[in-house]
Amino acid sequence: MTPTQTEMPQRRGTPQDSDGTPVISVRRLWKVFGPKADQVPESEELRGLTRRELMDRTGCTAAVRDVNFDVAPGEVFVVMGLSGSGKSTLVRCLTRLIEPTSGELVFEGEDIRDADPGRLRDLRRRKFSMVFQHFGLLPHRRVVDNVAFGLEIRGMGKAERAKRAMEVVELVGLAGYENSYPDQLSGGMQQRVGLARALAGDPDVLFFDEPFSALDPMIRRDMQNEVIRLHHEVGKTMVFITHDLSEALKLGDRILIMRDGKMVQCGTGDELVGAPADDYVREFVKDVPRGDVLTLRWIMRPPADGDALDGPELGPDVVVKEATRAVLAADKPVKVVEDGKLLGIVGDEEILAVVAGQEGGA
Amino acid sequence: MAVALEKTAPLAGVRQVRRRTVVAAILVAWLVLFVIFRGRQTLALAAADLTDLHRWFNDVNDSIGANRNSNPLFLYFFNEIRLVIDTLVTFVQELISQPSADRPVPQVGWLGVVGIAGYVSWAVGNWRVALLAVAGFTFMGLQGLWQESMDTLALILCAVFVALLFAIPIGVWAGLSDRVNRIVTPFLDFMQTMPTFVYLAPLTLFFLIGGASATIATAIYAAPPAIRITAHAIRSVPGTTVEAADSLGATRRQALLKVLLPMSKRTVVMGINQSIMAALAMVTIAALIDAPGLGKTVVQALQSLDVGTAFNAGLAIVVMAIVLDRVTTAASTREEAARRSGGRFLSWRRPLLAAGGVVTVVLVYMSHTYVWAAEFPGEGGIGTSIASAADTATTWAQDNLSGLTNAFRDGITNGLLNPFQSLLTDSPWWLVAAVLITLGAVLGGWRAGVTAAVCVGLLVGTGVWSDAMTTMASTLVATVLVMVLGVAMGVWMGRSLLVDRVLRPTLDAAQVMPPFVYLVPFLALFGATRFTAIVAAIVYAAPVAIKIIADGVRAVPETTVEAATSAGCNTWQTITKVQLPMARSALTLATNQGLIYVLSMVVVGGLVGAGALGYDVVAGFSQGQLYGKGLAAGLAIVLLGVMFDRITQAAARRTSA
Repeated sequence: MTPTQTEMPQRRGTPQDSDGTPVISVRRLWKVFGPKADQVPESEELRGLTRRELMDRTGCTAAVRDVNFDVAPGEVFVVMGLSGSGKSTLVRCLTRLIEPTSGELVFEGEDIRDADPGRLRDLRRRKFSMVFQHFGLLPHRRVVDNVAFGLEIRGMGKAERAKRAMEVVELVGLAGYENSYPDQLSGGMQQRVGLARALAGDPDVLFFDEPFSALDPMIRRDMQNEVIRLHHEVGKTMVFITHDLSEALKLGDRILIMRDGKMVQCGTGDELVGAPADDYVREFVKDVPRGDVLTLRWIMRPPADGDALDGPELGPDVVVKEATRAVLAADKPVKVVEDGKLLGIVGDEEILAVVAGQEGGA
Repeated sequence: MAVALEKTAPLAGVRQVRRRTVVAAILVAWLVLFVIFRGRQTLALAAADLTDLHRWFNDVNDSIGANRNSNPLFLYFFNEIRLVIDTLVTFVQELISQPSADRPVPQVGWLGVVGIAGYVSWAVGNWRVALLAVAGFTFMGLQGLWQESMDTLALILCAVFVALLFAIPIGVWAGLSDRVNRIVTPFLDFMQTMPTFVYLAPLTLFFLIGGASATIATAIYAAPPAIRITAHAIRSVPGTTVEAADSLGATRRQALLKVLLPMSKRTVVMGINQSIMAALAMVTIAALIDAPGLGKTVVQALQSLDVGTAFNAGLAIVVMAIVLDRVTTAASTREEAARRSGGRFLSWRRPLLAAGGVVTVVLVYMSHTYVWAAEFPGEGGIGTSIASAADTATTWAQDNLSGLTNAFRDGITNGLLNPFQSLLTDSPWWLVAAVLITLGAVLGGWRAGVTAAVCVGLLVGTGVWSDAMTTMASTLVATVLVMVLGVAMGVWMGRSLLVDRVLRPTLDAAQVMPPFVYLVPFLALFGATRFTAIVAAIVYAAPVAIKIIADGVRAVPETTVEAATSAGCNTWQTITKVQLPMARSALTLATNQGLIYVLSMVVVGGLVGAGALGYDVVAGFSQGQLYGKGLAAGLAIVLLGVMFDRITQAAARRTSA
């Protein structure tokens, strides 16, 4: 019924380029650590081994195994997995901070695995930037100089970069702290500096490597909202690494779940919850409040003979939680209608099954 | 407890036996054989006797002396190095300490030097250390030791300059490259185990004696800490920060200049501090190869047993050590402190610095022009008073405390030192060799056994076996006493935060002093004997051992101690059954460091009548026909050091595993 991988984002009205070509296209990406690592992706036999068997056989660790995905322009693409699942290695492979072992890595039509060091540096200076879990700020520089660091590396003039840095400092809400040093700021504020530094160069793609994992829960929520706000304001393509499912669901247009270096499932949040690809994903999404994630599309049923078909209408992408009151208030089942076509109906039974936490959907 | 089973001892039939039992068995066997073979094949060598090796060294020395100006290696390499260093040293000396060609006084007189010292200390540190520097330098002048102090300072400046010229680039390189680090580390380890002493003899072979070769020796001795700390500083820059710079497209050069170097600056300054302190320790010892300065005053006074003069000059060394240490420590923390104090101060800093600079230039000009500002006024009256006070105190101590000190000295000497020494020196050499090798193997594994075997073989080859055994006896006795002191104080410090807070600054200060100055007060108390050297060695080595043991005891997890207390352990049981066993690796490390420190001090004790290897080296410097023997003795010290270090390190690795 549902594919395990949707090609394009479907919701939240994120800005999209009309032609729909992906910004980043990853094909058959492998990263193997260890002796003679490059033989592993080539050998049919070695590719099939589990991590453990591979370690015993060759002494190699496969951190990323045959990963494929596309990221659309303006999309927030989340890679999620537990520690050791290879997600941090994956994001570093995308900018070649870690050199991938094999595969294709196409960025705006160019395979960046072929880029020479000069071209790669140029891409990093102008096209990508990254926000790190432990910030990676320079303690001996003031906030504004940290933000301007990337511009300085590019060779931008002092006055110009100071001006740009101040703009970004204001954008991330750090105005007034530009002359502080990083160690005088709280963790959340330090990460705002990291964010500002990444935004200063006006890159096409922002990579986030578990940027909020080191922060307190309250601050983490603020920062997540900040990312959502910035995404609305600047509309950058973002690749976001996290181990926190609720963060993934909150931020991601689409989510890629990794386990042991392999991709398990890639889809929108409601697809993961509604149609988990396997038990691993099912276990993962078990505790998610389903009503917050699932849409009517996932719980509607085909109209049966006895159903009254003159109830109120709702769209298929309305989240269950938001539809609950309307469905329960209506004395007839709600019709789920898209483009004037009746897709199915949702009654009190279906809504309650989700809200009461029972198995629902597909 | 150590139920560690014997796995690798080469002795057949001792497997599966507790290591302690094996050690005891070896010692008993030694005693039995000692009684049987006593006094035979001891390889004793009289003070003036030489072996073939020593004569060969003498010949080498003579032929090098004869060909110094014809051999291309010397003509184009060693002599050139010496020339460059000599020019540098002479330049700095003429600047601050020695009269130059057309002037009866140095270019910059005392007022100028004090001004520069104060200004630089203020600029790199803060006003408090600037005051300390001004007071310290003035005090050295008042002691009547201005020129000697300036000579020492000049040598330190040159040596540290040369050392850093090489050390910082090598350190950065070792920090960036794992391979370089792997190559450099064993060399640094080796260089740091060596007592200051042993650098001197081989260097005189290539660079003669005097200020230049003293500077080279000092530079060699001062470089390892700077290399090590610089590499460490580069390595400890967080990976994320470097990665962040990479992700922004920084080139290697940009990453180095904008990220790695600025972030490691503070630690590198700590390295410079270590380097300067090492240089000070070495420069004073380098008096033995005719380096000018305070060290020379101390050495001459020690040799004529003139405690007052030695004390006065020793005090000047201490003052200089304190000033240099405080100023460089303040320099390493300044930036952060300045940042905390906010921008208000920073905006004033620049004009103030400029004004201070102008004042300093005026002071320098005055000291260049006017005699009163060039030559330190007064006759060093304070120094004379200090010397006579020290003499008086010495006489008093010898008159009134001699009963006490002599009893103590004789007790230790007769009760511990003499029996042990005769056990070592009167045993046949093959017996001691066998004991050392098997002990090495049992305590440190077969590798340590092999190292011990090689070292023992070479020791026999040096021809100073008997002297080496005497030195070893003193070293081991002193180490045992250091460990007794170390465990007692270390446990006390480790268990009580208050004691730690009170004692630690004292221990830190004690570690900064050059080993040399420890000899002076004990010379006053105990006269010129082996025992003086041993006590000085204990005092020199104890701070290190105490600190390591205290840290080890403190590192025992709180919960384990709580568990022991709740199980009903009394304090003694907690210490002996929980804290000390768990601090085992700290104990072995303390033994290692204690041995190395003691060894370096015991040989310095050759200056005050400790005899043996230290005396051989000193005599080798002063008498041509003993040169070869001195060189062999220096080699023997190295071998002892390597053997002690390898065995204790291997033992430490085993206990911590």
